[in-house]
Amino acid sequence: MEAVLEAFLSHYNYGMAIILMMIGLYALIAKQNLVKKLIGLNIFQTAIFLFYISFADVEGGIAPIYLPEGMEAIYVNPLPHVLILTAIVVGVSVTAVGLSLIVRIYEEYGVIDEAGLLKMVKRR
Amino acid sequence: MIEHLPVLLVTVPIVAALLILLLGWHDSRFCYPLTLATILFQFAGGIALLIEVMREGTIHYYLGGWAPPLGIEFVIDTFNGYILPIVLLLALATAVYARRSVEKEIKPEKIVSFYVLFQLLVTGLVGMTITGDIFNLYVFLEISSIAAYTLIASSRKPRAYVAALNYLVLGSIAGGFVLLGIGNLYVATGTLNMADLARLLPASYGLATVHTAFLLLVIGFSIKVALFPLHLWLPDAYTEAPSAVTVLISTVMAKVSVYAMFRVIFSVFTTAYFVETVPVTELILFIAAVAIVAGAVLAIAQEDLKRMLAYSSVSQVGYIVFALGVANQIALEGGLLHILGHAVMKGCLFMVAGVIIYRLGTSSFSDLKGVAATMPVTCAAFALAGASMIGVPPTIGFASKYYLVLGALEAGHWVYAAVLLAGSLLAVGYIWRFIEVAYFSASSHHEGGDHHPAPGVREAPLSMLVPMVILSILCLVLGIFVDPLMKIVAPAVSLLLGGA
Repeated sequence: MEAVLEAFLSHYNYGMAIILMMIGLYALIAKQNLVKKLIGLNIFQTAIFLFYISFADVEGGIAPIYLPEGMEAIYVNPLPHVLILTAIVVGVSVTAVGLSLIVRIYEEYGVIDEAGLLKMVKRR
Repeated sequence: MIEHLPVLLVTVPIVAALLILLLGWHDSRFCYPLTLATILFQFAGGIALLIEVMREGTIHYYLGGWAPPLGIEFVIDTFNGYILPIVLLLALATAVYARRSVEKEIKPEKIVSFYVLFQLLVTGLVGMTITGDIFNLYVFLEISSIAAYTLIASSRKPRAYVAALNYLVLGSIAGGFVLLGIGNLYVATGTLNMADLARLLPASYGLATVHTAFLLLVIGFSIKVALFPLHLWLPDAYTEAPSAVTVLISTVMAKVSVYAMFRVIFSVFTTAYFVETVPVTELILFIAAVAIVAGAVLAIAQEDLKRMLAYSSVSQVGYIVFALGVANQIALEGGLLHILGHAVMKGCLFMVAGVIIYRLGTSSFSDLKGVAATMPVTCAAFALAGASMIGVPPTIGFASKYYLVLGALEAGHWVYAAVLLAGSLLAVGYIWRFIEVAYFSASSHHEGGDHHPAPGVREAPLSMLVPMVILSILCLVLGIFVDPLMKIVAPAVSLLLGGA
């Protein structure tokens, strides 16, 4: 038991990312409001971003900038940060498209919750 | 010029997409010729690359001159050299077909953005096909996905918004899983280049990180290809999208997702990993078999032509994934042939559905009685492509299923071979429904004693008819000349089975 706790505490950042991811997935599945679903999707994506950022970290590391001759430092891994920059752009675009679709759905059907929408779609 | 062709296939269309947008503001007549010209260029480039690969072997292109693993590279080998012309052939056929279809199904003010997104979708798929970097694959996957969500929503029907949102949510979860899987691979190896990953991964095959990465990637791509229990976004998206978009995403996008799945499983993880280290082949075979049967049964139950074809796609994807589960030379040859065959025949079938919607305004079976009398060429094209879907010799559908069954028998999967044949029988069931309605049901106008067809219902316009007929004839021609085709497919399969 103690070993398990030890393993969790030493890698708690990954545990947190997974918990956050599950919160996002839960909101995506269980929430009725379409906007809340999209917020769930955002939380899910953010959890993945945090996972990337946390495994890039090196204890005591600093930002990878060029230091003058003779100075030494430990750098954190910059590559995951760059990758996530791309992924954030993707996330923003998906959110924008999703929100505009929800606006259109609201204009068309006058509802924003899933159950009501299903009823409206079936009626037409 | 030729040595920079791989990157031009991606950059030229992106620039063209911007140009279409700018010129489209000025005058929307510029959009279509520009789109067609760009896709023609891409198609010619794709063919040139295939010829180059067959003659000289694998092409490596380093972006910006940075050698991998530091830089991103484009790799064209026999496998994606074979996929690329298929993607671009279908994109070209759809582009020709789209002009008239779009005029009718999309609001005039949206036509400019339609062509921009069309261009971006094709570009994203081309990028996914030729990239040799796994994170780059994810970026192109998302480019094509976002373009696809918006294209589906560009329909005049309000239900398309709901279908697009549904696809957006599931597609983003799939994208998230793929991203997470790539992260795990990076943690395990410290590289993102596919060839480099294949070299470094065997050292950490025992790690839970690698197993997690494998599962996340497989599940992510399974949602994208709509493998049976994860297909829920597909029927609505295919049915509600404008016809031209349905043709494009059902053929090209589905095939490129399958390609990405094959590429990751065979070239990144290698056969040794997923056959021996994590024996998932039995599970994949079972899921594929369920997909084949369930997709076909659901297709038979539909009352709408487009929706029926959408469920048929679920069934046919099962055939391709089945090849993955058998994982021997013959079955994979069948699987790769089916990627080509299904793209061609499903493209033709959805074009028929689009033409019918263009003329009749509906694709519900009850409204299509006796349609063959007024649209003979369209229905003949459907019959030919449908025969290929069933697997009647000598069509391409027969060739691919023949190799699949042979492969399954060679691996000793007797029961699954029977499932493949049952899938073909069920295909007769759903293809026949349309044939019966179109050819053997009296038109509702004839019943009333009025022998004139409904006003406005006549054969489709030429620009829609030509790509449709060419694709249906291709079903037959490719099936007859399958031997030269095997000269491309066989080395591609050897490459997959031999690792990266």
